[in-house]
Amino acid sequence: MSEERDTRTRPGPEPGAGQSGGGQRPLAPESDAPKIGDWLHIDTDGLITVYTGKVEVGQNIRTSLAQVVAEELCDSIDRVKLVMGDTDLTPFDPGTFGSRTSSIMAPHLRTVAASTRELLRELAARQWQVPREELCAAGGSILHPASGRSAGYGTLTKGQKINEHYNEDAPVTPPDRRTTANALRVGGRALVTGEHQYVTDLTVPGMLAGSLLRPPAFGATLRSVDTMAAEAMPDVLVVREGDFIGVVAPDASTAAGAISAVREEWHRHEEASGEDLYSYLRTHPAEPPVEDTGSLVVGRAAADLTLDTTYTAAYIAHAPPEARAAVAEWSGEKLTLWTGTQRPFGVRGELALAFDIPEEQIRVIVPDTGAAYGGKHTGDAAVEAARLARAVRKPVKVVWTREEEFAQAYVRPAGVIDVASAVRSDGSLIAWEFHNYNAGAAGIRTPYAVPNQRVAIHPTKSPLREGSYRALAATVNHFARETHMDELACALELDPLALRLRNIRESRLWAVLEAAASRFGWGMRPATDGRGVGIACGTEKNSFVATCAEVAVDPASNRVTVGRVVQAFECGTIINPDAVLLQNEGAIIQGLGGALFEEIRSGNGTILSDRLSRYRVPRFADVPKIEVVLLDRRDLPSAGAGETPIVGIAPAVGNAIFDATGVRLRSLPLVSHDSGFAV
Amino acid sequence: MSSVMDLCVNGAAHRVSAEAEKSLLLVLRDDPALTGAKIGCGEGECGTCTVVVDNEVCRACITPVGAVTGKRIRTVEGLEEHGQLHPLQQAFLECGALQCGYCTSGMLRAAWALLQRNPALTELEIIAHMQGNVCRCGCYPRIVRAIQQASRHLEASAALEVPR
Repeated sequence: MSEERDTRTRPGPEPGAGQSGGGQRPLAPESDAPKIGDWLHIDTDGLITVYTGKVEVGQNIRTSLAQVVAEELCDSIDRVKLVMGDTDLTPFDPGTFGSRTSSIMAPHLRTVAASTRELLRELAARQWQVPREELCAAGGSILHPASGRSAGYGTLTKGQKINEHYNEDAPVTPPDRRTTANALRVGGRALVTGEHQYVTDLTVPGMLAGSLLRPPAFGATLRSVDTMAAEAMPDVLVVREGDFIGVVAPDASTAAGAISAVREEWHRHEEASGEDLYSYLRTHPAEPPVEDTGSLVVGRAAADLTLDTTYTAAYIAHAPPEARAAVAEWSGEKLTLWTGTQRPFGVRGELALAFDIPEEQIRVIVPDTGAAYGGKHTGDAAVEAARLARAVRKPVKVVWTREEEFAQAYVRPAGVIDVASAVRSDGSLIAWEFHNYNAGAAGIRTPYAVPNQRVAIHPTKSPLREGSYRALAATVNHFARETHMDELACALELDPLALRLRNIRESRLWAVLEAAASRFGWGMRPATDGRGVGIACGTEKNSFVATCAEVAVDPASNRVTVGRVVQAFECGTIINPDAVLLQNEGAIIQGLGGALFEEIRSGNGTILSDRLSRYRVPRFADVPKIEVVLLDRRDLPSAGAGETPIVGIAPAVGNAIFDATGVRLRSLPLVSHDSGFAV
Repeated sequence: MSSVMDLCVNGAAHRVSAEAEKSLLLVLRDDPALTGAKIGCGEGECGTCTVVVDNEVCRACITPVGAVTGKRIRTVEGLEEHGQLHPLQQAFLECGALQCGYCTSGMLRAAWALLQRNPALTELEIIAHMQGNVCRCGCYPRIVRAIQQASRHLEASAALEVPR
């Protein structure tokens, strides 16, 4: 586990933690741009442009952020345009990850927009020599009802940059008066007409196509290389800088042909894979961070039952529909770079480091991107395209092939988790020991009240390149924890729902569990052969989820069909309910892949699942009947909705399989491809 | 060896110069610069490159351009007519049947071919037909709903008599 990833993925200060009294004061916007004009501009026609370093990767924040600004400026959403992820135009932003858009960026833009509204009232008051209190904002204008006067925002600002500082205490719409609305997707039309240009679709004049020589395995280094055949090809240029070897050609097919004409030898290291992987991860830990509460010895001594189990999770891939891609154009020492990344400013830093030029000379632009799921934090393709473009002095586009996407990109960490628990016969937990080898920190703390705990992370030198993922390790940690809770319920002959409720002190977690169980009809199920139900719950990034699943298992083949999923989700105040529903549906379906069959197979550091025909992802026929219950907590600030909804499905399905068959599955994926599970 | 070929794309003639084995996808994206059909998996597994050739679903990434000369090729760009979205496009927007949108053009063309053949569809027929198209964001239930909505709309307006 790299240090870099650890820093990025550790949950930040929880937005809204301890603010349950309805405090809506926004957190710092993670940027030192203090002027309204840095974030928001109003042109002479009154059109509002918002600047944010967040990026749109399918989570529909282009709509939800526009909604927030439109509400505070009392204008319609189609008068608000967002400029996103452009390092020259938008204030600094650490990146679009960790569910920070709704929790941090949305309240910040709300404050900026409210400040702007107050400023516009002030301007009009001065112009008309009337008290500010007599003025209101509506429909893109400031109105003075007493005299019937009105002035459009654009008339008041004259289209000039607003240099006033925004006021962090500007009065924003109180939570209980906010509009919750299913706005039609901003930018949706260009997506259904094919008009939108993803990075893979972009061209700039004189652009050439690049292709790179790839190592066959993680950590392999170049021993020798012969590029003569590629150099002899017409219109092909070979670029070599140390171990970096690439070709540039007029089109992608020619570039691919040229790179395959390169002959080379690699030096490879031995890397664990297959059956050896989990024992390797367990036996190669670095220094573990350990968190102790109370005393395990004391806890265990008072227990009626102890239970020790081990869970594993495979490496899985993001497999974003749009592979990594970049277009690089140098103009002297200035670089313009279009790429699909979650961290435009981070990629700008990577480029500055790679080419030893100041960040101010680099502009990174992120067009709305063909998804990321935590997989597009780094600027691999960006650096490659920029390096090739600099060498050939022409713009170059690099689009990773699907094989490169699987084999060269990073994967979600595999992990081994040992859980040792101690309970009283009434189900109350009194000791909890949780050792996580390599899976990562997110979601590692149990949300149950346990007086005596040890929670430890053991990072490992991974045999594959690892990185961030949607909700990251929270997927794996919840699988282990919630499966273990189910095992405890079984050992104590208690209902799995009742066991959870007994140990929950957090009312928000209790509420989602109750909501999911009630909609699902938990406990009212007639016993049927080969059918089973499972439940799981969890929390991450200040939002809460509970998931119930019903499965059918074919007794002859052990093939599993997930028939119905009910999920309850709560993320504070909801901005756009339909977008939150869609995130839940999508997370359940994507999570089903990791639960049932997704697995990156490797051999000695080489990724063998290197194309879609070798890596099964969920398709239409895999989708169960899905019902999502949203709990709207107007008294709480908004949290993100893109990540937490993915953590409940794997344990819920695993627990349902146990209910159906009596077979306890402790490894993700639960089922190998389409062939059922092994008993 | 490059050769000159005549393609009929969205009702318009395009003369292209390419090797006959070059994929239809790359030819469409390079020369008429129709980038609606997307680069996905390169082996016909994800359907994001889906176009329609003579009313049949075609995975453009594994179809040599030489095999489709003289045939009627339809891409997502041909769905909208006179600034009017096709009922399928409208339904995708109204049902929220997309997240990142990268698979959408392939989904739309695959669904269009299905509706051409049979406008009265059951959910199971839709699922069986669309199985070759992947939406990694997981919008499948919404996509099924959108196709059903468009199907009802088309049945009602009998718009299928004028195929686009």
